[in-house]
Amino acid sequence: MTTPANADDLGLCLCHGCGQACDMSGGAHTCNRCGAAIHRRKSNAISRGWAFLLAALVFYIPANLLPVMHTEMLGSGSDSTIGGGVLEFWEAGAWDIALIIFIASVGVPAIKFFSLGLLLYTAQRGSTWACRQRSQLYRFVELIGYWSMLDVMVVALVAALVQLRGLGTIEPRVGILFFGMVVVLTMFSAMSFDPRLIWDSHANEGGRIDGATD
Amino acid sequence: MGQQTDKRDGTGQVDVRTRRWGVSLVWIVPILAILIGASLVVRNWMQQGPVITISFHSGEGLVAHKTQVKYRSVVIGEVTTVDLAEDKKSVVANVQLSNDARSFATQGARFWVVRPRIGVGGVSGVDTLLSGSFIGADSGESKVPEKSFVGLELPPPITYDEKGKRFVLTASDLGSLDVGSSIYYRKIPVGEVVSFALQDDGKGVEIGVFVQAPYDSFVTADTRFWNASGVDMQIGANGLKVDTESLSSILVGGLAFGSPDFAPQAEPAADQARFQLFADRDLALAPPHGQAQYLQLRFDQAMRGLSVGAPVEFKGVEFGRVTSIQLDYDAARQTFPVVVDAVIYPQRLGPVHRKMLAVFKHTEGDMDGARELIGTFVEHGLRAQARSGNLITGQMFISLDFYPDAPKVAFDMAANPIIIPTLPGSLEQLQEQLQRVVERIAKLPLESIAGNLDGSLRELRASLKQFNGQTLPDVKVALDEVHKTLRTANSAISEDSPQRERMGETLDELERMSRSLRDLADYLGRHPESLIRGRPKAAGPADLEP
Repeated sequence: MTTPANADDLGLCLCHGCGQACDMSGGAHTCNRCGAAIHRRKSNAISRGWAFLLAALVFYIPANLLPVMHTEMLGSGSDSTIGGGVLEFWEAGAWDIALIIFIASVGVPAIKFFSLGLLLYTAQRGSTWACRQRSQLYRFVELIGYWSMLDVMVVALVAALVQLRGLGTIEPRVGILFFGMVVVLTMFSAMSFDPRLIWDSHANEGGRIDGATD
Repeated sequence: MGQQTDKRDGTGQVDVRTRRWGVSLVWIVPILAILIGASLVVRNWMQQGPVITISFHSGEGLVAHKTQVKYRSVVIGEVTTVDLAEDKKSVVANVQLSNDARSFATQGARFWVVRPRIGVGGVSGVDTLLSGSFIGADSGESKVPEKSFVGLELPPPITYDEKGKRFVLTASDLGSLDVGSSIYYRKIPVGEVVSFALQDDGKGVEIGVFVQAPYDSFVTADTRFWNASGVDMQIGANGLKVDTESLSSILVGGLAFGSPDFAPQAEPAADQARFQLFADRDLALAPPHGQAQYLQLRFDQAMRGLSVGAPVEFKGVEFGRVTSIQLDYDAARQTFPVVVDAVIYPQRLGPVHRKMLAVFKHTEGDMDGARELIGTFVEHGLRAQARSGNLITGQMFISLDFYPDAPKVAFDMAANPIIIPTLPGSLEQLQEQLQRVVERIAKLPLESIAGNLDGSLRELRASLKQFNGQTLPDVKVALDEVHKTLRTANSAISEDSPQRERMGETLDELERMSRSLRDLADYLGRHPESLIRGRPKAAGPADLEP
């Protein structure tokens, strides 16, 4: 049993825009139907992925150190960082809320960093290890990417709603900007990565990685 | 971003382009991120001010990472940790100051915990009721860096940079003053008491006051401070006089200052100048005392009603006061005189004093001269007298006056203090005179007078009895006789009585006779010769007609 020939082997490439299979042998790198630029793989995927991931990692530090929110209640103001908030809820006994905040704010970005790092590293090395699981990991990363903005949303919502002048006000602080940047950059990183890269080396070796028998 | 296509079998041109851009432009993103992160770190590091430690008596209201350090309501730092001191006697708060508050980490800076305080003078720190305590700060003058401070228990009443001047007042006691008591100038609050302390020798208190600008310029070298605490009530000859500064000063005490009207316009007093604190306004604004002169007076009568502080007057002008009253024993005379010590300020007599000095050619402060002067006065009859100033309360005062009739007394030049001879008080004099009268009355021989009087009265009664028994009946008989006589006489002269008729006839007869006599006299007047010759015959009765 043989798998069908790769598009690459046939010198074909699908247009991103209109889905036209274009012949790449002629050196054309625009779609001969709609004129969109044609890439065999996402251009520069690995280095872009690394760059965005690195930037996100850098921003992750101030996002956790700097206060994300300033709460002013009846004259007493306090800045709260993400970690501080988690600890506060935990100490107050609301461990469930603490856990949610921890997962959403600390856990998810950390998982994304780890996953993206792993994907990028293995793709760069042309590893054939656990290709299918890596693909699933990539889809998972893309999926949770949408939900990583939870903190930013909470702060934005609360800051907009709690403006009671003398009684209490909540204002966003610069930490949340960095947090948002972290989320955006990891999403960029995930978007720049081309999951097909996982399979490239596998395809070269010819064979199935997932261990499934035909 | 690079738009070059990753072409496995692409043209050489593309490959060359890829190589030229060996490093993708996307790496700008992490570089930017690192730059931003680095700038944050640098900025944070630059903003980091000094860390200081402040020890407080209690850690009440201090929360790590919550309690802020504020100066003029601006946050200049934050408490990072609150720990017990090693000796467990205080609480040490570590404070991270911001960079622009570096000047607060110098010697002389003061820190205190602002808590809500409610006093009679007002309520402060209400905002901390809701927001929690914060640490108030006040920078010092010094530039010498300092890392550890001792926190104040009470907020300092005056902050370092407040414009104004500090003065030191000396008083015998604090009265009802307290830190925060107001100082009034023409009833306007212009400052407050900032500190008080006992003098080193314990014989008085020093009260530190602060007068705000621009009022501090009204404090001159001539300024007098007086205690305006409470209500000053005086009952005098002019009636009831109540003097207060303000309600607050009644409750918490206060000070007032002013300059006497006679004081020349002087330069504003220097910072930290010292002043005396007077008990009341009248005392403070009185003319300057000048040299004090001590007197001793010995009274033989009881001095009830004379109290320490009672005024000493000369011809009604107050110029001194009584400082002590003591009972003494005079062994020689075996009496108990009352020794009254008094201090007088001759300068208070004003022009009198000046002119006296000029006349006697003395200079001020010449004690011997003053002694001599008083000696002369005593020779001329200067005497002290305790007089009753108020008949209702019986309060007495010492009056100095000239009594030229007073018995001569030797003046002791050497005595110190000067002893001025005394006269009994006016009331005492009156008492004495009355006493003398009563004594004289007591000396009268009332017994014998009464005995004699009794004897005389008895005789009188006997005489009267005799008179009644014997004389009166005789008198009655005599009176009856008289009555009868009168009646007889009456009937004799009644109109229809024969006697009266006969008397009428007699009178007629007499009338006729007198007429004849007149005729005769007339005839004789015309014819005196008839006395000798007799009446001529020819003469008719017509000749007898006058």
